[in-house]
Amino acid sequence: MSSVVDPFNKFSYMESGSQRQHFSPYADNGGSVVAIAGEDYAIIAADTRLSSGFSIYTREQSKLFQLSEKTILGCSGCWCDTLTLTRVLDARMQMYYHEHQKLMETPAVAQMLSTMLYYKRFFPYYVSNILAGLDGEGKGCVYSYDPIGHCEKSYFRAGGSAGALLQPLLDNQIGFHNMEKVTVAPVPVEKALAILKDGFISAAERDIYTGDSILIKIITKDGIKDESFQLRKD
Amino acid sequence: MACGTPHDMFSANPLWHNGPIPGGFYNFPGSKTAPLYSGAQRFHTPVTTGTSVLAIKCDGGVVIAADILGSYGSLARFRDLHRVHKINENTVLGVSGDYADFQHLQQIIEQKVISEQCLDDGFALKPRSLLCWLTRHLYYRRSRYDPLWTNFIVGGIQDGQPFLGTVDKLGTAYEDDHIATGYGAYIALPVMRDELAKAKQSGQPISKEDACKVLERCMTVLFFRDARSFPKYEMITLTEEGYEHHGTKTVKANWEIAHMVKGY
Repeated sequence: MSSVVDPFNKFSYMESGSQRQHFSPYADNGGSVVAIAGEDYAIIAADTRLSSGFSIYTREQSKLFQLSEKTILGCSGCWCDTLTLTRVLDARMQMYYHEHQKLMETPAVAQMLSTMLYYKRFFPYYVSNILAGLDGEGKGCVYSYDPIGHCEKSYFRAGGSAGALLQPLLDNQIGFHNMEKVTVAPVPVEKALAILKDGFISAAERDIYTGDSILIKIITKDGIKDESFQLRKD
Repeated sequence: MACGTPHDMFSANPLWHNGPIPGGFYNFPGSKTAPLYSGAQRFHTPVTTGTSVLAIKCDGGVVIAADILGSYGSLARFRDLHRVHKINENTVLGVSGDYADFQHLQQIIEQKVISEQCLDDGFALKPRSLLCWLTRHLYYRRSRYDPLWTNFIVGGIQDGQPFLGTVDKLGTAYEDDHIATGYGAYIALPVMRDELAKAKQSGQPISKEDACKVLERCMTVLFFRDARSFPKYEMITLTEEGYEHHGTKTVKANWEIAHMVKGY
């Protein structure tokens, strides 16, 4: 800041006692998403708390959106953007289906989502997206995004308000990072589920935007299985 | 700001102290050519406003309540302003926030209802459709940086099931079995959640009468603590039996202990 008196200082023209209300087109509605992919499965889970500031809007809002029989998107961040993005995404899935007479494969959805996010580069959807599903060969895959469309493929990812709390646990327990004398092998679905639940329990302890319960969707070639798990509600 | 570039949440930090910002225009001499905050703010601020709306799902329907005050800043200006409206036989709409913005939308919604009736196909606007339309409209306006400063609660019966949903000025929408806007979200919602949790524990959905009683209590508490509230409020129920306006009620305020409050 310069020491010269700035005639255009944003406070100088405001009248004292002005009742002008601030407007921001974005809100942080919190929420966390975790996805883990294995050899023949992909699981994706999100907490069900929708909040803003210190108030909880609802304790039972699903943040998982099924895009096809083997692709599910998890969204957290600005809820109004999530609603809009998933609506457009659903429409694009249908258009693809009717144009090509087949369901869009997960890698194709992943690319489309990246393009759709970047299309709004200068007025972004403020959403942290994680896409999980089975690819063309039936292998589990996870794609994660930043709000403007950067996309990365991986086997496990945590995102959202408690992303920074959950990711290190996954790095260690699923990715075996910095572990000695371990055989790096894909984790079975039961192990992945247990780690995921433990992670959410811990995240709910420290992150006020994560809690109430989690919805888990397990994607295999036989279909999608739903599971729910209660978290602390304070 | 360092070099005449407005620094907002999207821009990167300066490369060094008073230095250029990556991706920003570097104003070399460092003198100002244009005022920093000259951009006109296109959005308006709320003028005549309504405070909280409360609503809960009950056995076979919904109950919704709001006081009848239109505030003009801190002035209690309009004292007979109805904020809960019947849209059609299966939908009610409660509004808080800017009343002018609401009236603008009300005209559009009324025309939608009429157009739907004219089709005479036996279908009517359903609550979920109305909420969806409101969400899209409010999101569109927030994206234009010209928001409608309102907060809606849509209640009704959809396919024989009670429906309750809300949307705010950004287009943030969700459904729940208990919703409160404005100050009610801080003061009334915990009371409502408590009562509904008790009902859930008993295994029975809360009856219409009990739901009315809960909202009555909430309106009283709100009147005591919300400075923009009013003792007169209206309560509306919409159940399988139909729409029922319970008239304008008055909060039975008890200020007997007020004289004991001292120290400030």
